[in-house]
Amino acid sequence: MNLHHKMDEADRRNRLDDMAQGVLSTPMDRPEGPLKVSGTATYAHEAQPEGMLHGVFVRAPRLGRVVEKDDAAAREMAGVEAIISGDRLLRNPAQGTANEAPIQGATEVHYVGQPVALVVADTFETARAAAQSISFEIADADRAPTDPRNYDSPEDEQSSMGDLEKAMKEAAISIDQTYTTPSHNSAAMEPHASIAHWDGEKLTLRGSYQMLKYNRNELADALGVDPENVRIVAPYVGGGFGSKLGIAPEAVAAALAAKETGRPVGVAMTRQQVFESTMRRSETKQRIRLAADANGRLSGIGHDAWVSNLPDEDYFEPVTQATPFTYRGENRMIGTHVTRVSRTCAGSVRAPGEAVGVTCFEIAMDELANAAGIDPVELRRRNIAEQDPTGDQPYSSNKLDATLTSGAAAFGWDNSCPAPSSRREGEWLIGQGMASAVRVNTLMGSKARVTLDPDGTATVETDMTDIGTGTYAILTQLTAEMLGLKPSAVEVRLGDTDHPPGAGSGGSWGAASAGSSVFLACQSLRGHIAKALGTDEKDLTLKDGQAIADNRSVPLSEILDAPLESIGEIEPGDTGDDVRQATWGAYFSEVAVNAVTGETRVRRMHGTFAAGRILNPKTARSQCLGGMTFGIGMALTEELMHDPRDGRIVNRDFAEYHLPVNADVPQLTVELLEERDPWANPMQAKGIGELGICGAAAAILNGIYNATGVRVRDLPATLDKVLAGLDD
Amino acid sequence: MKTTLTINGNTHALDIDPRTTLLDALRNHLDLTGSKKGCDHGQCGACTVIADGRRINSCLTLACMMDGVEITTVEGLGKPGDLSPLQDAFVRHDGFQCGYCTPGQICSATAMLEEARAGWPSAVTDNLEGETVSLGNGEISERMSGNLCRCAAYPNIVDAIREVSERKEVAE
Ligand code: FES
Ligand code: FES
Repeated sequence: MNLHHKMDEADRRNRLDDMAQGVLSTPMDRPEGPLKVSGTATYAHEAQPEGMLHGVFVRAPRLGRVVEKDDAAAREMAGVEAIISGDRLLRNPAQGTANEAPIQGATEVHYVGQPVALVVADTFETARAAAQSISFEIADADRAPTDPRNYDSPEDEQSSMGDLEKAMKEAAISIDQTYTTPSHNSAAMEPHASIAHWDGEKLTLRGSYQMLKYNRNELADALGVDPENVRIVAPYVGGGFGSKLGIAPEAVAAALAAKETGRPVGVAMTRQQVFESTMRRSETKQRIRLAADANGRLSGIGHDAWVSNLPDEDYFEPVTQATPFTYRGENRMIGTHVTRVSRTCAGSVRAPGEAVGVTCFEIAMDELANAAGIDPVELRRRNIAEQDPTGDQPYSSNKLDATLTSGAAAFGWDNSCPAPSSRREGEWLIGQGMASAVRVNTLMGSKARVTLDPDGTATVETDMTDIGTGTYAILTQLTAEMLGLKPSAVEVRLGDTDHPPGAGSGGSWGAASAGSSVFLACQSLRGHIAKALGTDEKDLTLKDGQAIADNRSVPLSEILDAPLESIGEIEPGDTGDDVRQATWGAYFSEVAVNAVTGETRVRRMHGTFAAGRILNPKTARSQCLGGMTFGIGMALTEELMHDPRDGRIVNRDFAEYHLPVNADVPQLTVELLEERDPWANPMQAKGIGELGICGAAAAILNGIYNATGVRVRDLPATLDKVLAGLDD
Repeated sequence: MKTTLTINGNTHALDIDPRTTLLDALRNHLDLTGSKKGCDHGQCGACTVIADGRRINSCLTLACMMDGVEITTVEGLGKPGDLSPLQDAFVRHDGFQCGYCTPGQICSATAMLEEARAGWPSAVTDNLEGETVSLGNGEISERMSGNLCRCAAYPNIVDAIREVSERKEVAE
């Protein structure tokens, strides 16, 4: 009794609005909240099994080829059980949805900090001391340069339409500027960690991962075992933001060590190792060209991006992902250029592409607004396209205008084009800035099992994860809504590959994809109940454990004599191509810049967003707070510094890589617009986990310009850069 | 090395490597994994516990130095069904997302409320002579800035703490 649905056309049935329980789209507290606040939710390096050994990585101190390892002292230390090295260790983590092992091997060192051995001992302290005692002889070998240069321009990453050069020449106003963003780190608060143990051929890995169905195949492939023999468990994940999309070195090392020692082995990366040997967002250089008439209407858009990655990695930061469809303009040139470097692997960090691409584009739009003397909100409004100008598709929905209007009103935006440096309070220069938000929307295949018990309780099972995103909450609400139960009667079990494979958390697709599979499973359970009552599913009301139809109200316990189970499966289809699906929004900020020190303080920041049906306004708002705060970090402080001599990350801890702290973040405000997008999925909901970062930093940088007249094009806007501008 | 730790009112006799930090003693030897390791370097606050009433980073102290000190971890503040007022306020205000920084935030906030009551000024306190400090958003943000939250629940954390602090003020 399963239900499979392929999204080949818009689903306008809008079934969720017919339900009667009234719990979906309410700000319900997270059901797992009490566990998290009391320290009883168990993360990856917790629930340690009896007799667990501790593994600590040894990192490569320089680039080249390992020719000799001196581990005699380590082997002699009491308590050291094994030293794992060799061809199966991962060079770097798998990319998101890779579904196979990444490059393996611990001999060729392609970036400083690459894990080259794992020391396993009875205690963490011994393993750490032994790891520190190991030294390597590393011979020179041909390696990619440590600073990005000599870019390739892959043919299918270049596109053009009309004649941009001509449009630029004929434009009344044009902008042609280059912007740079540095490498970033996801910096989830829980460092990557895994506990592996084998039972014969069967491996169980407790890990901190975002996409278990892929991670299972990646881990099995790396170990050379059958995926059927691999189980991954991740009920709670201490943040991901892209860094835990693919299987990472510690999982494979823990599994190898557990096999060799015959005991469970736990490996928790240090914070420094997370910085060095997981993922960074590539640094970017972006040239943006805008051609506009005197009214600010765009006729041409150019967006070229230069990014880097390790040799033989397919992934590159998709900087220009939203450029083709955000604004109007018939002449376009969009291209991505990639080079190979000896730096930590580049991969996904929250909203790959738009996080930096929309940010720089929205700074360019602010430059255009200033050059044209047009209110920046109005400028954007004038450039909203009727349909995707590149793909020639209609938008499934385009709420940019609505979010701009509503956001400006909520913030109290001054649309009189106040001149830069016109407001001063003592030594503080005050300014306002805004930017649009846009992020592509994606549906992924996902499965879930829902079991309805005669006692009026339901259980949801899928290997989908909750990385802080609110999956436990929204799947509880959705099931309660569809089956007419109190949320307390629903138990959601996540993060276990023994359950049906879900979409995983990433690309903002988790809630909509996993939610749709649960929706479908519930839909089929409703069909069964309707049939038992001799009525049509559409005429069935389920509420408070009662089935109501044809003026009858029957408790579920009278209809069911055994648990009723259904697996729902959503499959992406033509709606992914027939229409342009995206989520939209607008940010507004008020910043104060110190005229003496160049320090920027964000005084107020507001975001208005539209992402289809909002499943839980409390957890959705929290996602937006998170994204906007990433934006504050990107605008003002976050920057991985690579040593030009060997590419190493110099600032590989929280003392030197500056995340926003509580005092850097004002009481942000968030407004979520009511919307239904029938093209997205049967729930008409879209992703919201990343929308909040896609352009957020631009609202602050544009505010700095308005406050000071200093245009920072090299992110982040640290004090030195602002001061240098203030001097002239 | 033999050490006796008093944690949440219970005494534990341990015989552990003298290099063991208080945090690792809790997590690896006592199965008290509520205290989290985010950096092991005193840079994130995820490991915050309360030692004789003061908040400390448990990764920055060796377990053997804590003999005779009353340690309170998040597990000692409340349990599901019997949450402390701050724990309860964090749930209602969504003062967390992934939850990994949360035990540290809550231990930190618990001790911080007492610091303010005792009149300890912070970098943003105007009146350095006050008997107590009243906690507005700015004071709370400043005093909670040793606890990083990458999920960035900061505004909700501030709301949760302010609610509890105001309730306490009214009760007094
Ligand atoms: S783990 Fe102790 S401060 Fe980060
Ligand atoms: S809740 Fe995830 S780091 Fe704070």
